[in-house]
Amino acid sequence: MQNKNIRHLIMLPYALWIILFVIAPILLVVYYSFFDIHGNFSLTNYKNFFTATYLQMIVNSFWYAFLITVISLLVAYPTAYILTRTKHKQLWLLLIIVPSWINLLLKAYAFIGIFGTHGAANQFLEWIGIGSRQLLFTDFSFVFVAVYIFIPFMILPIFNALDKLNPSLLYAASDLGASKWTTFRRVIFPLTLDGVKSGCQVVFIPALSLFMLTRLIAGNRVITLGTAIEQQFLVTQNWGMGATIAVFLIISMVGFMALTSIRRRGV
Amino acid sequence: MQKKSNSFANLLLWIVFVILYAPIFYLIFYSFNSGGTMSHFEGFTLDWYQELLQDTRLLIIVLNTIVIALLSALIATVIGVLGAIGIRSYKQRKTRNSLLSLNNVLIVSPDVIIGASFLILFTMAGIQLGFYSVLLSHIAFSVPIVVLMVLPKLMEMSPSLEDAARDLGASHWNVLTKVTLPYIAPGIFAGFFMALTYSLDDFAVTFFVTGNGFSTLSVEIYSLARRGVSLNINALSTLMFVVTVIFVVVYYYLASRSGTKGANFRR
Repeated sequence: MQNKNIRHLIMLPYALWIILFVIAPILLVVYYSFFDIHGNFSLTNYKNFFTATYLQMIVNSFWYAFLITVISLLVAYPTAYILTRTKHKQLWLLLIIVPSWINLLLKAYAFIGIFGTHGAANQFLEWIGIGSRQLLFTDFSFVFVAVYIFIPFMILPIFNALDKLNPSLLYAASDLGASKWTTFRRVIFPLTLDGVKSGCQVVFIPALSLFMLTRLIAGNRVITLGTAIEQQFLVTQNWGMGATIAVFLIISMVGFMALTSIRRRGV
Repeated sequence: MQKKSNSFANLLLWIVFVILYAPIFYLIFYSFNSGGTMSHFEGFTLDWYQELLQDTRLLIIVLNTIVIALLSALIATVIGVLGAIGIRSYKQRKTRNSLLSLNNVLIVSPDVIIGASFLILFTMAGIQLGFYSVLLSHIAFSVPIVVLMVLPKLMEMSPSLEDAARDLGASHWNVLTKVTLPYIAPGIFAGFFMALTYSLDDFAVTFFVTGNGFSTLSVEIYSLARRGVSLNINALSTLMFVVTVIFVVVYYYLASRSGTKGANFRR
């Protein structure tokens, strides 16, 4: 009995947080999506949403997020793997995380300089003989900067998963005659899949919503769902339409969560 | 053979490090440029730093950002640790899983949705947009990160540790402070630092819920960067980088001094 009371007391702040900042905001977004710009109850927003313009934007948005996630994973997994094999791995990991403590906007700002007309990237291209070209405000620079920003967040969960891996499993695999590749495919990767999944979760969904990068780096060439929501809420002040796009994003988020859900052992 | 793959691994690691740090050092390098651009280095100057230190408005914004980050990470850590302990105390798998799903909502939610829905929430609740709305939002999106960092540690802790303490006559409070918290301390620190990182790095949510009078560094840099390159920002990022590095060195020193026992114990 006393145990129960203590449990309730412990859970109180957390439960309040769930109600106020998880459940209430979602309900409010859904509620707002049924109001048009004049504050009348209607389904206009949803009707507008399923038009070619918006569908095209959704496809684009998902494609970029997918690209960013895959490239981040391809860079992050080997890096995390090598990190776990270094001598002072916690120090190296810390060094990987340090850039993520530098403000996101500053990093984006750095790339405005690097990818600029006379920036370092173009000077390098001149030097190797390709010649300078327009880099800023292209899809390439958008994807590059996004991957740059997300890499530490992808490395961290994969590193943790790899670090937890019991080395005797690897010895067992090699004792049983598995090649390095087989060991990776059949032992290491499946056992670190949870880390990969959480890495993908922390990259893919935010990648859908990058609106600052689309403005600064892609120069409004790339319009993501995030850009559209920001536009509706803060520029056009059409909260209903913004909420409708948000509802769609929430639904795709739930879908993505289900797809990459982590089955925790022992829970 | 072994040697060859090692040098390849080192090369990959170095490339990742160079790419991660190059933009930051690029910013730092041009902060000493008297030419006023981020492409042609004309001469060494400290003018930008002087200008920066005289800009009281910007200094207040820096202070705001730090205060928000520390306060929100601290409060979120307390709520998150209590929440994680609470979640573990539910023995039913179903209850735990639904709590975890609710917990993860804000993690996978795109920033834009969090920002937009909190904007609706604060507007409806009549909370004026400014310091408190930003602080509340930062706490809100940091709590689930702390829970995710702490919960695995809690789960790997054998329940017999706490049972033993109770058998030996420890009160609930003693079990919590002498057994549970020390055991999960690495998770708590990781959670706190992640929360700090998220708060310092956050732009999108703050951008939505901040009012006219209040601004954080990210929002300020965004509005500056949209106007183009100005080397004040470079000087600012140099200072921020130096502070971050000092912070990391101190943290690493403390962790390696106090954490050795725990680290050895883990292995």
